[in-house]
Amino acid sequence: MKPYTQPDAKGYYGTYGGKYVPETLMFALQELEDTYTAAKNDSIFQKEFQNMLADFAGRPTPLYFASRLTGHYGGAQIFLKREDLCHTGAHKINNVIGQMLLAKKIGKKRIIAETGAGQHGVATATVAAKLGLDCVVYMGREDTRRQESNVNRMKLLGAQVIPVDSGTQTLKDATNEAIRDWVTNVRNTFYVIGSVVGPHPYPMMVRDFQSVIGRETQTQLQERSIASPDYLLACVGGGSNSIGMFYPFITDEHVKMIGVEAAGYGITTDQHAATLTLGKPGVLHGNLSYLLQDEYGQVLPAHSISAGLDYPGVGPEHSFLKDSGRVRYESVTDSEALDAVQMLSQLEGIIPALETAHALAYLERLLPDTNSDQTIVINLSGRGEKDLGTIFKELEIE
Amino acid sequence: MNTRIHQTLSKLRSQNRKALSIFITAGYPSVTATPEIIGAVEEAGADIIELGIPFSDPLADGPTIQLASDRAIKNGVNVTTVFDIVMEIRKISQIPIILMGYVNPLIAFGLERFMQTASACGVDGLIIPDIPVEESTAYRALAHDHNLAPIFLSAPTTSDDRLRQIDMASEGFVYCVSITGVTGQSNGIPDTVKEYLQRCRNNITKNPVLVGFGISSGKNAHMLAPYADGIIVGSALIKIINNNRNKNYIAPVKEFVKELKKGLKLRESE
Repeated sequence: MKPYTQPDAKGYYGTYGGKYVPETLMFALQELEDTYTAAKNDSIFQKEFQNMLADFAGRPTPLYFASRLTGHYGGAQIFLKREDLCHTGAHKINNVIGQMLLAKKIGKKRIIAETGAGQHGVATATVAAKLGLDCVVYMGREDTRRQESNVNRMKLLGAQVIPVDSGTQTLKDATNEAIRDWVTNVRNTFYVIGSVVGPHPYPMMVRDFQSVIGRETQTQLQERSIASPDYLLACVGGGSNSIGMFYPFITDEHVKMIGVEAAGYGITTDQHAATLTLGKPGVLHGNLSYLLQDEYGQVLPAHSISAGLDYPGVGPEHSFLKDSGRVRYESVTDSEALDAVQMLSQLEGIIPALETAHALAYLERLLPDTNSDQTIVINLSGRGEKDLGTIFKELEIE
Repeated sequence: MNTRIHQTLSKLRSQNRKALSIFITAGYPSVTATPEIIGAVEEAGADIIELGIPFSDPLADGPTIQLASDRAIKNGVNVTTVFDIVMEIRKISQIPIILMGYVNPLIAFGLERFMQTASACGVDGLIIPDIPVEESTAYRALAHDHNLAPIFLSAPTTSDDRLRQIDMASEGFVYCVSITGVTGQSNGIPDTVKEYLQRCRNNITKNPVLVGFGISSGKNAHMLAPYADGIIVGSALIKIINNNRNKNYIAPVKEFVKELKKGLKLRESE
């Protein structure tokens, strides 16, 4: 396979990506790109990043053989990459540590972030507390209700949580409001974006920071004498945990990769978040990528039981990987995800986040086509305590 | 070069007068109201019209234009409706019309088809805040082919070097954003704006310079007039429409436009 060189110098993955933002922000993007490029080759920065990943975030996370889950299906050997064991309970902190160290380097003392499920918000509030930076988190009003425990965590960590009442009151609108804050306060404010979205260099930078997941997985598989896995499976909202897992394996032709989107009530309804499955290329939040939109280019509201996947856009690199055929994108419904939460809890003693449960749910469809000589790695991107309210409400209705 | 914008601004410049460009969201408060409002603001002295294409996620706009945009979408306004409105206006007026909106509705309509239709309807220029110069190659070429002026924005955070690039890429005028922020901020225009506009003057030499964002009174207009070739007002006017939407808002709208014109004029009597 050819070497993989995305993105190009202008931040394009094939025809996707770019920097579609107001002029006010262009200097900040350039400053960020310059700082990031320098940090990549700066051994002091890299050492600080590695140390914080190890001592503060708790890396490396285990690659865990899910024996009962494997036995349940009787197909491929299933391994779980335990990002849920990271400090704050999800993979989000990997990226936040990287970006926050860049903020420190640039000298910005005020941090803003958007959050859907609250995991990125909590991670940002956590690292801001650790580094002594002011932190403001934008969160859709609807999400503050369904992820209340995370709102309380952010407040306890000293962050200001601003509920967003515009639009669908979810992640999309929280991101709009964070960008408006950034345009207004760009001189003293660093915007920590939580996924592989936004304008260049964010999608590239977030991917690089998250690719620690895939690199550790490679090493841990080799320790078990597995040269390369047959399948990688991860959920896709904006797409940071999946890219983090996939990226180091992209040039390994043996590895099949599947990204699982949220189908909400089903992809034949208008209540879903299956952007790559049903969207068309468009511009939202600074990049060109697949987007859920109507025929006139108005962005459509997404729906997912999981606040973290409830987003009408997706990272531009995923659009590229979809079109190139390197990654296959599937979708599972709210109710399939709920079933998967219960199954993993009861078979393995691990309560996954509703986001992560989408990847787990896809095992139902994938496993019948596999055999016991094969290996599957699922990125267990987050833990599910934050979702207990939603889960029990849904189960009672059922 | 687009003739209507160029002629209007050249004429004003030769008379040592400043331009007043008025922004309103197409289809707000209703589709039929837009041509009527434009007729009124032209009569009251506006020189250029910027017609906003409503978008679901207007991330450079404050609450006032967000609300107008949202209402317009609920009124069924889309790109096609905006073109219909332009054709309505062209029946009664030759005022320069610039469409202002976000890039996604243009992409969905098809960039080339959008330019063709805009040009055929009598549009003169385009302001797309989320297309910076870096992303503008295809957009500029198509605009040029269809005699539409691509107008780029500068910000207080724009370097001198970028100001020159923006000037080179723009036709018609350069839209100098007065503040770091979104539209419709009412906490005043900082005094540092003068320094920034002087920087714009020094580096933007091909095009006239119009300043916008946060201008809400004749007093603001008066303060800015010496530093630019004109001003752009949007949110403040939409607020007047919104506050009077159950009454006759045409009269206060005209009064406000006259106040702005007066603010711009005062300079010459000094």
